[in-house]
Amino acid sequence: MNKDTNRGSIRPELFQKIDRSNHVFEKIERARLTAWQDIRYRLVSNKLAMTGFYIMCVVLLFAIFAPIISPNDHFTNDLPNSNQAPSWAHLFGTDDLGRDMFERTWKGAQISLFVGFAAALIDLIIGIIYGGIMGYYGGKVDEVMNRFAEIIYAIPHLLVTILLLVVMEPSLTTIIVAMSITGWINMAWIVRGQIMQLKNQEYALASKALGAGAMRIIFRHLIPNAMGPILVTLTLTVPSAIFTEAFLSFLGLGVQSPVASWGTMINDGVKSMTLYPWRLMFPAFFLSLMMFAFNVFGDGLRDAFDPKLKK
Amino acid sequence: MLVSLFFLVTTTFVLMNAIPGSPLQSEKATSEAVQKNLEAYYGLDKPMIEQYGIYLQNLVQGDLGISMKKKFQAVDKIIKESFPYSLKLGIASVITSIVVGCLLGILAAMHHRKFLDNFAMVIAVIGLSIPSLVMAPLLQYSLAVKIRAFEVAGLNGPLDYVLPTIALSAASIAFIARLIRSTMIEVLNSDFIKTAKAKGLAGHLIVWRHALRNSMLPVVTFLGYLTAGVITGSVVIEKIFAIPGLGKFFVQSVSDRDYPLIMGITIFYAVLLMVCRFLADIAYVLVDPRMRAGGKGK
Repeated sequence: MNKDTNRGSIRPELFQKIDRSNHVFEKIERARLTAWQDIRYRLVSNKLAMTGFYIMCVVLLFAIFAPIISPNDHFTNDLPNSNQAPSWAHLFGTDDLGRDMFERTWKGAQISLFVGFAAALIDLIIGIIYGGIMGYYGGKVDEVMNRFAEIIYAIPHLLVTILLLVVMEPSLTTIIVAMSITGWINMAWIVRGQIMQLKNQEYALASKALGAGAMRIIFRHLIPNAMGPILVTLTLTVPSAIFTEAFLSFLGLGVQSPVASWGTMINDGVKSMTLYPWRLMFPAFFLSLMMFAFNVFGDGLRDAFDPKLKK
Repeated sequence: MLVSLFFLVTTTFVLMNAIPGSPLQSEKATSEAVQKNLEAYYGLDKPMIEQYGIYLQNLVQGDLGISMKKKFQAVDKIIKESFPYSLKLGIASVITSIVVGCLLGILAAMHHRKFLDNFAMVIAVIGLSIPSLVMAPLLQYSLAVKIRAFEVAGLNGPLDYVLPTIALSAASIAFIARLIRSTMIEVLNSDFIKTAKAKGLAGHLIVWRHALRNSMLPVVTFLGYLTAGVITGSVVIEKIFAIPGLGKFFVQSVSDRDYPLIMGITIFYAVLLMVCRFLADIAYVLVDPRMRAGGKGK
């Protein structure tokens, strides 16, 4: 016993060589997440936001496929069957010209969603370019461009949109254009703020030192890093665009008959609400549902991007 | 502010003049002499620049021109007659939004992450999601047509204000509630609240006297936008509830293509909004003592 603890008794055969090839040093038990994985994880674990996401998906699928599958046609008038209550033949009933409401609701969804996404996309493009340039160059350029944006912003945007629509021929394109004329400013300011924060970071400087031009730095390096707030703004722009379109259609400035959006259908529905409530209820319900879904999802996305809320 | 206004006036003027065809054209054939007289009456026979100059001049004096469809009524007279309805409704709605919104927000913040908080926030999200043009007919249908608790339309007694006000305020209530809740939660965790608690101040006193004042700040900034929301909302609400307010005339003028009226109301709305935003800025300074001393930064 005593001998063994002795130094002299440590013999080489007592030692064993450990196979180091499979050994993990300083193993981190919790899965390491990249920033995007972390955000996704937090978004997925937010039940309300995911509910919104699934609602969006389902409505989107219906908007795309329901008009194709449904046997009824949304343009065909069927006067003997006008103002029918919901039944198996017409799931959502029919309107005053006997057109199938199920079909029209989903066609309307297509229009409303298209306007919402298109307007948001145009806002995104203009906003990123304008805001990117504003934020990156700063100084005089920023001052002039910012003042211009402020002037436009001070004018109530709905009034401008209405004025433009009074002047232009009402159509889907003009609605989107009219909405985008004032809609991009918010996005531009978000992008500007982000770029101003990011442009002094080392990687931007490194890129500059390597001879990259301003455009390359803005669009390849800065914008991708500012994607979080941009995405959030984008998600929250879509419902407001859908709402604006519904509002304009409600005033009779939106898409023209026989094409219908949720806004025009609600407008028609209000007139006959006392007698044929289903003509109001279905488009109104889906409009609200979609707004709800987008708002909830946008909130969830914002929370997911906000590191302060990390638990 | 004035630059924006000038910009708006000019844009409106250019847009209105860019429309092909004369606004005086109608389906009925009019003789050349009548047409000439009408053009002279509206000053349309003068060159564009001169028309613009006259319009600006009149505008400064508060003269907005003459409606083309409403039997030659002056635009400012139409505005003067219809605006009180909108104003009353608007004020009722702003007060409701602030009071109810604040109460909901405070309630949610005080019971942070408990049932009441979730409940209030779900209500808020729903309020945000249901646009006024859906909310108004639904209220009308359920409470006026089915139950007959209220008049379907019109604005004659004080009870008639209930439905339009609810429909008009829903979105801003939700917005204010969320705003108050998030700032309130932050404020309630700050040091001076802890001091107040340590002094042994009662819970409601802390909330009302210390926390609320600090949480009100973002709401004050929001006030300018609230008026914008109320204006756009009132356009819809007045149409649905058949209230003879400014919004209704605006819709009518848009569908009639009554250009002087559209221009007049647009400019009136714009001025109203800018004044409200300006007042909100002043109120901000009044509420926040920190703004008074430094006067720098937001």
